[in-house]
Amino acid sequence: MIKHFPVLVIIIPLLLALIAPVAGRINRIYSWVIAFLATLFSFIIAAILLYQVMYSGTISYWMGGWEPPWGIEYVIDYFSAFVLAIVAFLAWLVTIFARKSVAAEIEEKKLPAFYGVYLLFIVGLMGMIVTGDIFNLYVFLEISSLTAYALVAMGKSRRAPLAGFRYLVIGTVGATFILLGIGYLYIATGTLNMADLGARLPGLFNSKLVITAFAFFAIGFSIKIALFPLHTWLPDAYTYAPSAVSALMASTGTKVGAYGFIRILFTVFGVRVFLEQWVSVPHFLIAVSSVAILMGSILAIAQTNIKKMLAYSSISQIGYIILGVALMNPTGLQGGLLHILNHALMKCALFMSVGCITYKTGITSVADLKGLGFKQPYAMAAFTVAALSMIGIPLTVGFVSKWYLAMGSLENAMWYLIPVILISSILMLVYFWRVIDNIYFKAGKPIAEVEVSDAPASMLIPTVVVAALCLVFGTLAFIPVSITEKAALLLLG
Amino acid sequence: MMDFILAKYNFWIYVIIMMIGFYAVIAKSNLIKKIIGLNIFQTSVFLLFISIGKVEGGTVPIYQGVEAVYINPLPHVLILTAIVVGVSITAVAFALVVNIYREYGTIEENAILEMSKTDD
Repeated sequence: MIKHFPVLVIIIPLLLALIAPVAGRINRIYSWVIAFLATLFSFIIAAILLYQVMYSGTISYWMGGWEPPWGIEYVIDYFSAFVLAIVAFLAWLVTIFARKSVAAEIEEKKLPAFYGVYLLFIVGLMGMIVTGDIFNLYVFLEISSLTAYALVAMGKSRRAPLAGFRYLVIGTVGATFILLGIGYLYIATGTLNMADLGARLPGLFNSKLVITAFAFFAIGFSIKIALFPLHTWLPDAYTYAPSAVSALMASTGTKVGAYGFIRILFTVFGVRVFLEQWVSVPHFLIAVSSVAILMGSILAIAQTNIKKMLAYSSISQIGYIILGVALMNPTGLQGGLLHILNHALMKCALFMSVGCITYKTGITSVADLKGLGFKQPYAMAAFTVAALSMIGIPLTVGFVSKWYLAMGSLENAMWYLIPVILISSILMLVYFWRVIDNIYFKAGKPIAEVEVSDAPASMLIPTVVVAALCLVFGTLAFIPVSITEKAALLLLG
Repeated sequence: MMDFILAKYNFWIYVIIMMIGFYAVIAKSNLIKKIIGLNIFQTSVFLLFISIGKVEGGTVPIYQGVEAVYINPLPHVLILTAIVVGVSITAVAFALVVNIYREYGTIEENAILEMSKTDD
């Protein structure tokens, strides 16, 4: 039983995803119960897998007992166990949050179908994490993308289907580029297993085929993670999606895309080629991610819709992750990996507290939030903690990853990246302070007259827990730091 | 020059078809035409994959007791999966277009963007 855990973490939610819409026909609540059980189960298995990896090393699971280069291999190492635990944990918390939030935003008859698609989205993400086969990665990527298009389109606003459609067009182009990259690597090497590719590719790096394959991967994944010039699908998708979906997608969707990109960079191509032959690639990625960090923050300042503001801030945070990766040294990469965890926690807390506001008041504009801090104390406290963490105040998670990114930049003697990180933190202070100022320090006219109370406990508890984790992992930073340190060393081989 | 084109003609064909599809995705304002373009775009990649399985003088990869040269069936199997993905994407895209049409009464992107400027 225990040796089948790497595949059970996928199979059980996949089966339950098919059962959820059917069970929902008997009683609407059953579909939520099944989603809850599926995500809880995945989280427990993911936690056990992380524990196993920490105590007995990398787990390799052969699908159907076929030996790796021929069969599909599932690999759980420090990196995948770490990201898997984050995704499974946040998916579980968002599911608890979703029950009331989704019921308020989606028509009742659509709920069973919603939870089916919702579970498939999580299955796609977790599949991308555990797989060690590059074509299998593509299939799971498409599962998570397809369901993401549908989830975005389920939003209440009449712009939601259009946002979903535009996401679909650009996302499919990106995924097709990744498929082409896989095809080119297959032409060059004749294998699809990531570890096997990693062993065969050195020596082929002068081949135009392999260079083109890398270009396709880079563009395809940049679309999927919304790296700056290719980010256009993200703001509309996050803004018009239902609150629970925004929280789940913002915290896990782009992070798993970044996971896939890191796997391709380090496990398939290997760090040596970027340090010795293709030295312009890391420099280019550093330049692009610095622009992403600054432009995401500047565009966020210009927004009046709070969800759109958070969406643009996600674009700058993706820049941080890619910056850490592109530094290609252990400290910088560790900062990037830490930021996967930290940004997942912070954005999840921010979007969930915005979901709590929307649930009670329907407010979407920053200016309308005046005086809400005392009407919804818990949700707003969670928002404030997560916002401070985004800015990077010490004792919060945001500080830890920014510290490692700054140290990584200095290790590469790239001092000019420090101002980028600092300026972007100041810009974040500008747009988050506007919100905090409104909710605490300005007497609200429109809200003051209306009775507004805090959201129900089933929505508040996940929000507060995630916000509290921003502080816990910020103070007890050694826990994520020790895991990401091993993951970074493993990736850099 | 001719040799250069002919030697890898499958690549040329796939790139030309791909660009035709990509043009439709970018330039057409009608959402259905965009989906058609997206389909052409994906199909070109399928054609590339199928063409690389070809082995000179190869036969169907079924063992019949005699040694023979077989074509490589793996890319074909991969593309079966990718075709399923492509069909699902088309289905989801059509479903979204139906929803958009119900909301706005048109499937011309320019007109929809003009209409959605007013609502937030």
